[in-house]
Amino acid sequence: MDVIVTGLLLGGLYALVAMGLNLQYGMARIMNLANGEMLVAGGFAAFWFYTAAQVSPLLTVFIVAPVAFVLNWLIYVVFLRPLVARAKSRGQLEVDSILTTFGLSFVAVGLMLAVFGGDYFSYSYLSFPVSLLGDTYGANRIVAFCAAVVICGALWLWLTQSRAGLSIRAISVAPASARLVGIDVRRLAALSFALGGTVTATGGALISTFVTLDASTGVLFTLKALVIVIMGGVGDVRGTIVAALLLGLLETFVASVIDPGLTLAAAYLLFVLILLVRPQGLFGRAQT
Amino acid sequence: MKRRTFTWLAAASIAAAVPATAQETLIVGAVAPKTGPLAGGAAVSYWPNVQLWVHDVNARGGLDVGGTRYMLEVVEYDDQTNAGQTIQAVQRLVNQDGAQIVLPPYSTGLNLAAAPIYNRLGLPMVTSTATTDKADELSQQFPNVFITLGGAVPIVDGVVEAFTALRDEGTIGNRLAMVNVADAFGIELMGAAKPAFEAAGFELVYETSYPLGSQDLSPVMKAAAAAEPDAFIAWSYPPDTFALTEQAIVEDLQVGAFFTAVATAFPAYYERFGEQAEGVLGIGGVNADGEAFQDYAARHLEVTGAAPDYWASAMVYSSFQVLEQSIEAVGSFDNEAIIQHIKDNSFETVIGTLEFDENNNNTSFWTVGQWQDGVFKGVASTGREGAVEVQPKDGWN
Repeated sequence: MDVIVTGLLLGGLYALVAMGLNLQYGMARIMNLANGEMLVAGGFAAFWFYTAAQVSPLLTVFIVAPVAFVLNWLIYVVFLRPLVARAKSRGQLEVDSILTTFGLSFVAVGLMLAVFGGDYFSYSYLSFPVSLLGDTYGANRIVAFCAAVVICGALWLWLTQSRAGLSIRAISVAPASARLVGIDVRRLAALSFALGGTVTATGGALISTFVTLDASTGVLFTLKALVIVIMGGVGDVRGTIVAALLLGLLETFVASVIDPGLTLAAAYLLFVLILLVRPQGLFGRAQT
Repeated sequence: MKRRTFTWLAAASIAAAVPATAQETLIVGAVAPKTGPLAGGAAVSYWPNVQLWVHDVNARGGLDVGGTRYMLEVVEYDDQTNAGQTIQAVQRLVNQDGAQIVLPPYSTGLNLAAAPIYNRLGLPMVTSTATTDKADELSQQFPNVFITLGGAVPIVDGVVEAFTALRDEGTIGNRLAMVNVADAFGIELMGAAKPAFEAAGFELVYETSYPLGSQDLSPVMKAAAAAEPDAFIAWSYPPDTFALTEQAIVEDLQVGAFFTAVATAFPAYYERFGEQAEGVLGIGGVNADGEAFQDYAARHLEVTGAAPDYWASAMVYSSFQVLEQSIEAVGSFDNEAIIQHIKDNSFETVIGTLEFDENNNNTSFWTVGQWQDGVFKGVASTGREGAVEVQPKDGWN
């Protein structure tokens, strides 16, 4: 039982990490390799507010979210929109955006080093045990999981029920045709990119309560997010959630029952198997 | 990624104070991670000491080499925790930047990788953040390389000694849980620790390794707790040192001795866990009550704005002092003579007296420390003064 709960908690963390990238890659069509740096920046903000003024990271997210939204909107408009405008095909846009965001990730690491220094930033927040179904878990992990449920649930509702969500799904399926039915593709792509960045930064603020970060750890999270998004199916919120939970459960199962040393191997084995069986991801549409 | 730091203000005031001697500028090269996996550790233990040492030397009027006073100017390179970059940067420092002094790099792996290039360029390399048991082989191949921070075997011996002391007092039993990070450091120490603890009569009730960068170590700690150990050891790296301690608190792991490796000695560890860190054992240690360390720690805080750690920081500074004293004693930049001088002499440093055996190895260093009253005090060493009595870990509250 505790394997399942621990696995779900880890899966929730992964969902937080990957959901932002899914919005950016799936909807705005930007393969954002600087995604992890946005997460670390969110964590930095939480750390800074907590150590300087004892502000709870749960409140900090309300500051982090709007700032991250504006920042990501600007990043999209300044750096990425010119790429979208000149790209002749989706493939070209992918290559261009990978190169650009790869460069941006170095800039982000450099900026964070200059501003915050290279030291580890870790603090204790809600690190007391909570009893759940006869076992104990860290309160901060449970809080992060609940936040992940809320964020992912809200996103899913918004994407499936609202008109803006419908339009965003339309541009993710067929950006060229979406324009024909009166959808402002430029604005909505920027919106989903900014929203993706916001989710990632919020996730960073939440997971910094129990994961030790430093200025250069971002790339680890980018990789994890990439694996989850591709496994779940690009552009599908459900896919990301299912893939994240699956990965969390598998890693915890392997760590508890077989050997903790094999968690990474098991994760990539799952990745390879899913790609072999369903190259488009669990919930992905076959590429035309 | 190059930065020149020069304290003009200090230089100006010194120039006014010692007008008689000629002033020259000396380029000092430093290469270590500012990004990559080891950047966090280097930011605590390495870079502030470069800043402090240059500040200290310039503040006392510069380096006196054969009657000429040299003000130090640092050229820093980020090697991105990549050995290839370290080697390139060392070459660049010597060939393009004209560095007369090149400080050693950071971490065991990067030091070992860079040893051949330091050797080829004839540079003295007094390492301060490398732990290796192969000092004898190393010094035969590269006679310019010196080891100060010890090796896996003596560190393990120190931990065994501390744990045996607790067992003989009756505070812990024989049941030991031991885990390691699956990386050169963790594997080497685990390999040395297993036979050593078995020989000392401990029973290994749980052992495992976990990958570097694991995001969730709760399965590890749950399994360790389920084995009901009397003592816990983790040969861990910084992020997992923090994560394992937090999980131990969450699982309320009841052990009489709790040991984690790298980063336990960081001030950030106590800042994070506060009183719950009391009694935690870790790799390293210093003579925390000694005047030399306290004076050094105060200057470190004043000049760099951060406190030093309680292990490698003081050794990093000390290794710079060895270079400084040797160059002044030789009175020139003749590297061969400087290397010979380091071999033949002993040096008064912030860590105490440093001297090297026939294998260029400093044989007295701290191996185990413990958080006691908010200070990480050395409890075991190979011949350093000032060790305090090891205390049992009394729960997590």
